[in-house]
Amino acid sequence: MTQLVIIVAYLCLLLLLGLGASLLFRGTSKDYLLASHSIGPFLLLMSLFGTTMTAFALVGSSGEAFKEGIGVYGMLASSSGIIHSLCFFVLGIKLWSWGHRFGYTTQIQFFRDRLQNDGIGLLLFPIIVGLVIPYLLIGVISSGVVIQSMTGGAFPELFPTSNPGTHGGVPPWIGSLVICCIVLTYVFFGGMRGTAWANAFQTIVFMVLGIVAFYVIAMKLGGQPSFLENLRLCSDAVSHEKITRIDMSKTKFLTYLLIPLSVGMFPHLFQHWLTAKSASSFKLPIVAHPVFIMIVWVPCVLIGIWATTSLVPGKPPLPRISGTDIVNANAVLPFLVKTQTSAVLGGFLTAGILAAIMSSLDSQFLCLGTIFTGDIVGHYVGNDRLTDRKKIWMARGFITAIVAVTYGLSLLPQRSVFGMGVWCFSGFASLFPLVLAAVYWKRLTAAGAYASILTMIVTWLFLFRQSGFGQDRAFTVDIPVGGVTYETMPVLTIFLASAVALVAVSLVTRPPNEQTLARFFGAK
Amino acid sequence: MRYLIGIFLLLLLVLHQDNWFWEDDTLVFGFIPMGLFYHACISVAASVTWFLATKFAWPRALSDGEEASQQGANI
Repeated sequence: MTQLVIIVAYLCLLLLLGLGASLLFRGTSKDYLLASHSIGPFLLLMSLFGTTMTAFALVGSSGEAFKEGIGVYGMLASSSGIIHSLCFFVLGIKLWSWGHRFGYTTQIQFFRDRLQNDGIGLLLFPIIVGLVIPYLLIGVISSGVVIQSMTGGAFPELFPTSNPGTHGGVPPWIGSLVICCIVLTYVFFGGMRGTAWANAFQTIVFMVLGIVAFYVIAMKLGGQPSFLENLRLCSDAVSHEKITRIDMSKTKFLTYLLIPLSVGMFPHLFQHWLTAKSASSFKLPIVAHPVFIMIVWVPCVLIGIWATTSLVPGKPPLPRISGTDIVNANAVLPFLVKTQTSAVLGGFLTAGILAAIMSSLDSQFLCLGTIFTGDIVGHYVGNDRLTDRKKIWMARGFITAIVAVTYGLSLLPQRSVFGMGVWCFSGFASLFPLVLAAVYWKRLTAAGAYASILTMIVTWLFLFRQSGFGQDRAFTVDIPVGGVTYETMPVLTIFLASAVALVAVSLVTRPPNEQTLARFFGAK
Repeated sequence: MRYLIGIFLLLLLVLHQDNWFWEDDTLVFGFIPMGLFYHACISVAASVTWFLATKFAWPRALSDGEEASQQGANI
């Protein structure tokens, strides 16, 4: 019950923060959607980092380390440190500069303008929304799992389950609903400024509490007075398979490098880039992002591998996936926080985990509302025919509809947080050639862009179907060379297909007109 | 300097594929598995490389344009 009180208090604080940001609201759609380009280096760092670190980072990383061992860090964390900052440096600054100059609020506006083609927006809109929804689902599902695990035992008569780990806990459908409503409320009133403030606050919360959780769990599992001694005891107990990558395919690891390129095409990050006050505001996020990732991921991965050892008490047992005897890896971190820390600390740590989840959900909600209002309604009805007030209410209406759809989908049978994320990121990563070419390749044509997007979606759907719609979590595209079979991540095939289509079709179609090129790249 | 930073980045990407520590079960400082420690060092090296990039390879034309746009806003 103590955890529940702390979680509720934290959520109320968050609401106040969102409402506080709304007091600075200037009443224009530019302010609501882009915080009037007023975000400085620190807020930009915290909001970019908070947005990219999702449930995938905290709940997914510890769960995946529990299943696969330490390799998960190299697969996603260290590669992201290099590649996310690369995207901020190579794409973010340039897109911010054009966005500032030409007044964009969304990615689609940029592509329409750069390619001088209206239809590209209609093609991109459903793809972007379709790929963001699984990303949203990761957060919504995880928040329900976390709240149920942490409140287990609080209401045994009201919410009984057959699983001792979750018996009496608030069911996921209620937990997820509450989180959706909270995020919806502060996005609704605070807009981008509220989102940036809440992100910064939540990022600080989950980073600090993550380190505290790591310390407390290590002390409890080790049982010795010295912290270092406990760390040694915990890691000593981990099996050889989990502290090495003996069971991991080297080519799969290599091709995972493409996944973080998804950041270049995330529509919510594009919107965050545009909020920057100046190009110099990007310097701090570019430099600090890799180390921030390390600070969050290393403790999570260690906790994940420690959970596989006999140091974790057998009672209560680790939560199982409903109706099976398989450990629910997504619940490993919340379970350890609950069983290995005090009720008060457990409550705060849960708030930290929820903070990481919500700091991504908010940006994604807001960006979908922005895309709908600016790229569909505003574009076709006519931006000048809509007042700012109308635009803001339309954005809010679409956000509410998307939240309702996502929440409905979260009630369907659960899939792995990590598995779902990888498919969603693979789609975005395979659109990376498009954004890179749009920024640096003058020869890119609208036909080349269409070919790239269509090839991406056809290849993605084909491979997703081959994987049993994501059911086969170990799905790889196997390439036999000289009697040896190399396992590769599906993203490699989709990415290459999309890039080849882009280049080939661009080269055989008429080059873009000189006027457009001069606008973006300067005169010859 | 830009080329040097480009080379550092390529080097980081190559070093990321650490086949040499794949099966190494050494615990650095007695508690961090070698594979995890090595990749944490890659994260730190990435930050250092990006620091150098912002110092020595920051787009010059963009900084000028940014100043111009801010002056314009002040007028």
